Amino acid sequence: MLFSVLVETRLRPGIADPQGATIERSLPSLGFDGIRGVRVGKAIRFELEASDEDTARAHADEVTQRFLINPVIEAADVSLSVVEPA
Amino acid sequence: MGARVGVVLFPGSNCELDALESIRDLGGTADLVWHADRSVTGFDALIVPGGFAHGDYLRPGAIARFSPVMDAVREFAADGGPVVGICNGFQVLTEAGLLPGALQKNAGLKFLCTTTTLRVETTSTPLTTEAAVGDELRIPINHFEGNYTCDADTLAELRAEDRIVLRYVGNPNGSVDDIAGVCNEGRNVVGLMPHPERACHELVGSVDGAVLLRSLLVSAGARVG
Repeated sequence: MLFSVLVETRLRPGIADPQGATIERSLPSLGFDGIRGVRVGKAIRFELEASDEDTARAHADEVTQRFLINPVIEAADVSLSVVEPA
Repeated sequence: MGARVGVVLFPGSNCELDALESIRDLGGTADLVWHADRSVTGFDALIVPGGFAHGDYLRPGAIARFSPVMDAVREFAADGGPVVGICNGFQVLTEAGLLPGALQKNAGLKFLCTTTTLRVETTSTPLTTEAAVGDELRIPINHFEGNYTCDADTLAELRAEDRIVLRYVGNPNGSVDDIAGVCNEGRNVVGLMPHPERACHELVGSVDGAVLLRSLLVSAGARVG
C-alpha cells in the first residue's frame, strides 16, 4: 500500500522561536491586530510504501523521532492517509 | 609531541582551516578527515569544527550525525579518545547523542558575532587540563543556535558531576545556567559554542583560546604515551 504522510513539527513550549516572535511583532504594523501566540513549525510530507497502516504508522513515527525532530526541543504530529490501497 | 589531531570536514564546515592552523601553530600535527571516511585510525584527538554541516538543513547537526565518519567518531569516543565539538561541531555531537541537551535559537533572537568572556569551571576534561578553574578567557562566538538547553534532570546531573566545562560571564544567548560548554559522562567528549581556534593569535585580538587547544594537544599526547 502507498501512504501519504504529513509530519508537522513544532518547538516545545518554552523553546525560543525567533521567527514566531518576529512575525508576531510585525503584525500590528501591518494592521493585523488581536493575534498572539504565533509559533512557527515545519510541515514535512512524504510518501511511504508499507504492507498495512500499522506498519506505515510505526515506520513514519520512527523516522520522525529519530531524524525529523530533536525530541529535546521539538514535538511532532504524524498523520497518514492511503494513496493507493492494497 | 607526536600527537595527531583529526579535524572532521563535512560539506558546509567552514572553520576547519582555523582549527588546523591553530593546532599547527601550537606545535601539533593536524589533518582533515573527510566526512565520508569510515575510519579515524591514526588520530589521537578529533575536532568537529564549526560551520554549517550539510547546510544545517532540517536542524544544525541533524544530517551530519548520519555521515559515515560519525560511526568512527562514536567508536573513538567510546574508546576514551578526546573529541571536541566547536560551535556547529557541538550541535553535531548533541544530535549524535554524544553530548546531552540541545542548542536552540538565541534568546535575543539575533545571530551573535562577538567576543565573550568564559570562565573555566573544571580542568578535568581534555580541553581544560592546562587551564585553572576560575580562569577567564576572551573567546569569540559566532552563532544563531547557541542557546544551550536540557531538561531539569540532565542539568542537575551536569552540575552534580562537574560536567559544565565553561560558563559565560554575561550570558549572551540565554543558555541555561550560563553554559558555554559541557562534557559527556566519560569526560573525553567536550562541546562548546565559542571558537578557541579563532583566539590563538594577537592579530585576531585574543590568544586565550590557545590554553584550551594546548590542553587538547597534551591530552592527545598522553594517548600516544
